Amino acid sequence: MSETIAKAHPHVDVKEFHPRAHAAIHNPKIRQNFRKAMDGLMAKRTAAFEGWDLETLRDLGANIRMKALSNLPDLLEQLEQKLTENGIKVHWAVDGDEACRIVRDICVARDAKTVIKGKSMVSEEMELNHYLQDQGIEALESDLGEYIVQLADETPSHIIMPAIHKNTGEISELMHEKTGTDLSNDVEYLTASARQQLREKFMNADVGVSGVNFAVAETGTLCLVENEGNGRMTTTVPPCHIAVTGIEKVVPSLEDVSALLALLTRSATGQHITTYFNMISSPRKGEELDGPEEVHVVLVDNGRSSIYQDDELLDTLRCIRCGACMNHCPVYTRVGGHTYGTTYPGPIGKILMPHLIGLDEGRHLPTASSLCGACGEVCPVKIPIPDLLVRLRQESVDGDRLHPAKVRGHGAKRSTSEALVWKGWAWMHASPGIYRLGTGVAAKFRALQPSKAGAWTDYRTAPKLAAKTLHQRMKERGQ
Amino acid sequence: MSSRNIILQRLRNRTGGELTAPECDFSVLKRPDWSTAERIERFEKMIESVHGEVHHCTADTWIERLAEVLNTRGARNLMIPKQHAIGQAIKASERTDLPELLLYDEPIESWQPYLFNEVDASITSTRGGIAETGSLILWPTPDEPRLMSLVPPVHIAVLNASEIYTTFHEAMLAQDWASGMPTNALLISGPSKTADIEQTLAYGVHGPKELIVLVIE
Repeated sequence: MSETIAKAHPHVDVKEFHPRAHAAIHNPKIRQNFRKAMDGLMAKRTAAFEGWDLETLRDLGANIRMKALSNLPDLLEQLEQKLTENGIKVHWAVDGDEACRIVRDICVARDAKTVIKGKSMVSEEMELNHYLQDQGIEALESDLGEYIVQLADETPSHIIMPAIHKNTGEISELMHEKTGTDLSNDVEYLTASARQQLREKFMNADVGVSGVNFAVAETGTLCLVENEGNGRMTTTVPPCHIAVTGIEKVVPSLEDVSALLALLTRSATGQHITTYFNMISSPRKGEELDGPEEVHVVLVDNGRSSIYQDDELLDTLRCIRCGACMNHCPVYTRVGGHTYGTTYPGPIGKILMPHLIGLDEGRHLPTASSLCGACGEVCPVKIPIPDLLVRLRQESVDGDRLHPAKVRGHGAKRSTSEALVWKGWAWMHASPGIYRLGTGVAAKFRALQPSKAGAWTDYRTAPKLAAKTLHQRMKERGQ
Repeated sequence: MSSRNIILQRLRNRTGGELTAPECDFSVLKRPDWSTAERIERFEKMIESVHGEVHHCTADTWIERLAEVLNTRGARNLMIPKQHAIGQAIKASERTDLPELLLYDEPIESWQPYLFNEVDASITSTRGGIAETGSLILWPTPDEPRLMSLVPPVHIAVLNASEIYTTFHEAMLAQDWASGMPTNALLISGPSKTADIEQTLAYGVHGPKELIVLVIE
């Protein structure tokens, strides 16, 4: 595995996209691992939606998410009120750093030394594990994929299947080296070993940290989707549970959840439903004999309220984090998740991360796409991802008078010479005489046209100018 | 200003146009009107496709079947609810072929290692099933706490055939969940599983390795 990919780390330089992409494309192991996994996921998704009126279901998904977003501040207040009534403590964080501090303060108040974690992409966004480690608090991932990624000191390469970039042999070696298990290609053995190692950790953890798939405002309910049971363990065994969630995850009613759940699991892994759908509405109460005595929710903004300002970019917040866009992306499948160097890879990462890290830092993200449109076609909530990529491309060169740029770090890719070329191009096309003269000269001296045109011709033949211009041909035909 | 107010104010003072909530038509979630027999069949097919096991019983035969299930697995003990009719019936049966019966009647803190290391199987009731996805509905109670269906390697659930709904949407409306949710509500569809190692399915990663459903017809 190449060095640049193996060392993908939270503080990886996002701008180094091209060298990483180059390395990944020439790494057969990465190519095979992703190709195999994505082919399987695409086939399973198709099968899972058989017999459904998928377009209508996707419309419903999109409408539910828009209904929630159209009323977001009120829903968040309603959610806060209901959760509080239910005995759950609500915290608000403007950014990832504040969210980390909130989690730390809860841990410190309880004198907690160990945290067990269920899968949470928001906590990856916050870089919570590293933060807690620096504060002397051990944070251990319990989702098997996340556990593997943590053992390897890497970051997830897929939002649903974090360790998809590794094959069984690599995982066996890693577990052998880090935990002393036997070298074995038997997945059952490796899984059983992890079960044993983590059961101890669950019993001794002081705090459980999880994400949230949907937060229901009407009842004050946190919904978690999972297959392993580690999410249930995390939210039930330790005496304190902290759920971290983006502010956009709120939905008005339980009914909305039934539709989004139907879309989420089928889009993500082609499952009709996951093994567990875990709905939490309060800490342990009354006569109950288990469950945490304290439950906290941290509502994290971290750039989301900026996205919320713009009518077009707002669609980004509809996302329910299924990962179908990356499973179907020809670029993601070839370069893998680490190449992007961002918390969220693939198409959703390309439209979300520029808001979180700035379009200057993430300048290569909107262009890491062939605009084939597959992501938009499979998105269960119909986010127009290709349109948003084009919008961000405009923003990165500072748009034009009709489309003033807004995203933080906009204009980072604008070059004065390129802008001048396009200005000249526009002027030429608006002046018939100059246009005819220019194209005539170009056709006449076509032999002088270079056969190489930078990176464009690395894998392609340069297009050749025609011997005669369109105007000349029309003239010859007497028209 | 507090972070809460900063966030809410930014959302309230958004610069874009006014947002209107679109109409949401849930009729697409509706499945055909399956008969009870069809719902049972569908439930069974779906839960078996994810490694769940279904046994058809009656009110008179389920305890006998339970004993068989436990004996074939060599279970040393079975955790039962203290008050629920299921637990009462098992206790009252006084069958000698049942393993040692355990109760979950103390707060977990006082006996956690025993639950994690020594309990072989548990049996719980359900609040119904969902045919479309092959799911069980559980609302844990003080009598059947949350970890009872999660920690032991074998979870046995009793499901009344008459309580199998067609979809989750239908079940939550029929049972009026919106009027009040319990501390924890669960849909369980099969034993614990993972495909995190090269997409190869493995069961019992954190929760039960086996899920056995006794459908009472």
